[in-house]
Amino acid sequence: MTDTPPPSPDSVPAPAPAPAPAQNSAAGDGAAAATAPRGLSRRGLLGLAGAGVAGIGLGVAGDRVAAAAAATAAATEANAVYPFYATHQAGIVTPAQDRLHFAAFDVSAGTTRAELIELLQDWTLAAAAMTAGQDIGDFGADSGPYDAPPEDTGEAVGLPASGLTITFGFGPSLFQTEAGEDRFGLAGSRPAELVELPHFPGDMLDAAKSGGDLCIQACANDPQVAVHAIRNLSRIAFGRAAIRWSQLGFGRTSSTSTSQATPRNLFGFKDGTANIKAEESAAVTEHLWVGGNDGPAWMTGGSYLVARRIRMTIETWDRTSLREQETVIGRNKGEGAPLSGGTEFTEPDFTVVGRGDAPLIDTASHVRLAHPTQNDGIRILRRGYNFVDGNDALGRLDAGLFFISFQRTPESFTTVQLNLARNDAMNEYLKHVGSALFAVPPGAAKGSFVGAGLFA
Amino acid sequence: MRARFLPLLAVSAAGLLALTGCVANNTSDSEHAALTVDSSADACAVSANEAPSGNLSFSVTNSGDQVTEFYLLAEDGLRIVGEVENIGPGLSRDLVVQLAPGNYLTTCKPGMVGDGIDKTAFTVTDSGDDIVVDEDLDAQVEVANTNYAAYVRDQVAQLVTGTTAFADAYLAGDDDTARSLYAGTRAHWERVETVAESFGDLDPQLDLREADLEEGQDWTGWHAIEKDLWPAEAEAGFTAYTPAQRENLATLLVADTATLNDEVQDLTFTLSQQTNGAIGLLDEVATGKVTGEEEFWSHTDLWDFQANIDGAKVLYAGVRDILLEEDADLAAELDTEFDQLQVLLDAQRVGDGFTLYTDLTPEEIKAFADQVNALGEPLNQLTATLVL
Repeated sequence: MTDTPPPSPDSVPAPAPAPAPAQNSAAGDGAAAATAPRGLSRRGLLGLAGAGVAGIGLGVAGDRVAAAAAATAAATEANAVYPFYATHQAGIVTPAQDRLHFAAFDVSAGTTRAELIELLQDWTLAAAAMTAGQDIGDFGADSGPYDAPPEDTGEAVGLPASGLTITFGFGPSLFQTEAGEDRFGLAGSRPAELVELPHFPGDMLDAAKSGGDLCIQACANDPQVAVHAIRNLSRIAFGRAAIRWSQLGFGRTSSTSTSQATPRNLFGFKDGTANIKAEESAAVTEHLWVGGNDGPAWMTGGSYLVARRIRMTIETWDRTSLREQETVIGRNKGEGAPLSGGTEFTEPDFTVVGRGDAPLIDTASHVRLAHPTQNDGIRILRRGYNFVDGNDALGRLDAGLFFISFQRTPESFTTVQLNLARNDAMNEYLKHVGSALFAVPPGAAKGSFVGAGLFA
Repeated sequence: MRARFLPLLAVSAAGLLALTGCVANNTSDSEHAALTVDSSADACAVSANEAPSGNLSFSVTNSGDQVTEFYLLAEDGLRIVGEVENIGPGLSRDLVVQLAPGNYLTTCKPGMVGDGIDKTAFTVTDSGDDIVVDEDLDAQVEVANTNYAAYVRDQVAQLVTGTTAFADAYLAGDDDTARSLYAGTRAHWERVETVAESFGDLDPQLDLREADLEEGQDWTGWHAIEKDLWPAEAEAGFTAYTPAQRENLATLLVADTATLNDEVQDLTFTLSQQTNGAIGLLDEVATGKVTGEEEFWSHTDLWDFQANIDGAKVLYAGVRDILLEEDADLAAELDTEFDQLQVLLDAQRVGDGFTLYTDLTPEEIKAFADQVNALGEPLNQLTATLVL
């Protein structure tokens, strides 16, 4: 990405004047009011007290880069700041950052509806601070009462915001457990389409890497910043929710903006060439954001997130011929051009035939089967990441694609995936081992919190 | 098995033409001369009209607006020495060949019709490199094809016999006999698995694993019966099939196997179908057998493992004489790695069968996986070495 990021009201690195930035006060006041009865618990101190105290002049923990003496104007990617409070949550059409830390949480037994709301409020405040490049809490990472643990874990001190986005979602089980229990009085607000994804042919899902009541997608251009976000949000949740599974991604596998070059997945091919791009406003409206008449009002402006942990048997893939690799993908390996000809962004022509009248883009190729023309015009926004999580017991890299897609309805994903699971030549080299679906509510307004509409 | 890419069918027409070539493109040597070809609407411009003998690469770029092909022809203008096909407009693809000294012709075929345009003389001078030219190659390939087709027919015939006995025992409720016949009968299928998989619906009907089903899909074939025969390995709450279900499954198994038998009677195999068949069988081992995912309830994965290797060895043996002339080092490496793998398998023999997958130690499984990789790397050079 070479373009400057979207303008942000709280662009770094401006030294924070006293009193603290208005944004923090506003957010803090609203959330603090909502949780006033609880008082200043340890959690409250951690997540909420900052703004209130800031008002009397102590100031919030400093902007990390401003505090770092040697902060220089680094690449725009490192300096990118995306506003947390917005119509839609950031981390969807935001130009895909290079690194991911994704975590699914289960709400802890005994947690009440009020405590769940409080958790979302605490998460909101912390996310707003971290995405602005700030430590969380009153005192941040390296100050405060000497006999108390630091509020912020500290590993991001000195690092810029790095384009961090934090995106929250709600799994089907938050609304109703498999046993039918409505723990938080949410069953009536559950969108009809928010149900577990069906079993697709070939799925070998590990329950320990699937599902979850809540999810957080943290993306940044610095892995440490992404990890810092999940680590601190997990800490805030202790006692109320705990990580069920999590996933690191080290390289983006799609571009969500025309300003980005198309990256490569671990098959060595460009991935995401035909993705929905932020600049395609009509497509974004049609295929990505939940509309006002689609379901419960609290989801309007939201989207549905599908996560699939897709293991690639790269050892087998690596020893297949270039002919088979390109046939499976339907594009050439170097340029990423469709085999029907042209360059990377040339639209594939599935009618072009070669010798023996066989289509140049094989009927079982991935690019053909995933293409909107083969799926009733469906498009999804892919935002996946490469992963390598060490190796398995057979000495093979535990590697693959952590697939993430956003779509207006889960049915879009299901339709495309069923077509792929049935017919895709690539299946020989893939195994889906994790799966999850989350409803991603719209963005939070300042003073409110993510998902507030659901609890209204 | 899950529906998968079918190596036998996916090989393009290049395989069909392989029989006409007499010089293999052994790409394992170090140096090669690199030429470019610009295939436009009305020209076939090669960057040089002369090159030293040995390995040569032609990087063919299609600058026209039709699908094109590039041919390297023998002096007679008829025999194809090397070719690349199906190059879409704007795309490039390489032809890598090993050429003996002599006179050749180059030509392109935009639109993939006609005799080719801009036929131009191309001279290969003597570099002193030793180039093998085997005039008997066509005959050897033909023998290999014939032998492999006979092998496939024989294995499927034995599969028919074995399946009938298995189905009879299963229907009679003689589960012990059915269990004892299960793995040995399936071996005939596994030996020719890449061929069997090439017949549309037959593969899923006969060999689908439970995980490969989609919601609402009927499950038939070997693995559906396997689960019923090893119910202790199934999930809690699994109920044994009714006699009617058993009859349905057994009847379909026998009928589908008979259909398979009909299908293989008239098969012929090109050289690349044979070499890719061997590669495909080893991929089956790497993906399903070495992980214990194929025989989820019977745990007889090593029977399948051995059968896949049997089939791969037959395919390799059929082309080994040709390979000895083209690349004796590769043949020696493959001989060694096949032997090493067989040593590991032989160490697990128990009676006329094998150790159950679940009784293997993690170290033993790891050793299998490592040896599959050791064999896989050279085996996957086979097509490029033997087929133009």
